[in-house]
Amino acid sequence: MSWNLKPDRPIYSQLLEYIQIFIISGKYKPGEKLPSVRDLAEEASVNPNTMQKALAELERVGLVYTQRTNGRFITEDENMIRMLKENVAQAQIREFFDNMELLGFSIQESVQLIIETGKERQNECDFKM
Amino acid sequence: MSVILKCNNLVKHYSGKEAICGINLTVESGRIVGLLGPNGSGKTTLIKLVNGLLSPTSGEILVNNIPIGPSTKAIVSYLPERTYLNRWMKVCDIIDFFSDFYSNFDKNKAYEMLKRLNINPQDKLKTMSKGTKEKVQLILVMSRNADLYLLDEPIGGVDPAARDYILKTILNNYNPNGTIIICTHLISDIEQILDDVIFIQQGRIVKTASVDEIRSQEGKSIDALFREVFRC
Repeated sequence: MSWNLKPDRPIYSQLLEYIQIFIISGKYKPGEKLPSVRDLAEEASVNPNTMQKALAELERVGLVYTQRTNGRFITEDENMIRMLKENVAQAQIREFFDNMELLGFSIQESVQLIIETGKERQNECDFKM
Repeated sequence: MSVILKCNNLVKHYSGKEAICGINLTVESGRIVGLLGPNGSGKTTLIKLVNGLLSPTSGEILVNNIPIGPSTKAIVSYLPERTYLNRWMKVCDIIDFFSDFYSNFDKNKAYEMLKRLNINPQDKLKTMSKGTKEKVQLILVMSRNADLYLLDEPIGGVDPAARDYILKTILNNYNPNGTIIICTHLISDIEQILDDVIFIQQGRIVKTASVDEIRSQEGKSIDALFREVFRC
């Protein structure tokens, strides 16, 4: 997954979300050292100050911590990461329901569609295996 | 944070025409700033005033708290929109030339960047395409360890892939306390690397803000805001 930034939202909050996803997905493991601000900024092609701001915010909520001279590390609190995962998943689901509502689907209809599509997807996966 | 550039009531007239009409501006060090405005809004004039190629009609400019002169020119690295280098020179000769001229020029850095962009140091400038010439010039400018970089249209003539590399070069090769002011029309290409933007129109500053401030307040990109503010 790469840094794909949208033009209509603040850059720093998008960087924040990406790093959260990297933590949830296990790209960055609990207790692991994060790359330097400069390296991360280069990877995402953004200004180092903006990356710094995103990391400072992650630090504020406790997802990363700074060891004075060694750099930044991901939290070792796996409970916290699991909660983050659930929050992000819920936000995705809410957004999905919002979008479905725009298309005129009720919640029940949307749920029904999810189940059907989920089954299809499952079959496709089984078929591939 | 310290202030690298300050303009007080800056005015510049060209034989009756007002190019800069009373600009007050403060730029902090360690920032990457986009100087954006439509054609003929005074961007290049402002940059030329800061690097001492033009002198103001009235008002004051301070770089690092010093009035424009040899000691400010030593810490300002300027990329003009047009080349001033001799066409018959080889790239390696120009590098020697720059290194004689500026004590803060880093030759190794220059050769490293040339290599990354596949430019042969033995090539003469006149044999190069427009884009390659632009790359050479930008390499020369970014190879100085300056406090203030003034880049006038740095990516106009280069292809999108090289543009990405050049933006990375800009990000990686300025010292963290250095400040970069970039003039360009290719806003959407550079807005990710900017801290702040300055909108200038008819010689006046119409807006200064940070990129994320604009994005969160307006819900649109700098590029979109520019098109709206300066709609023709």
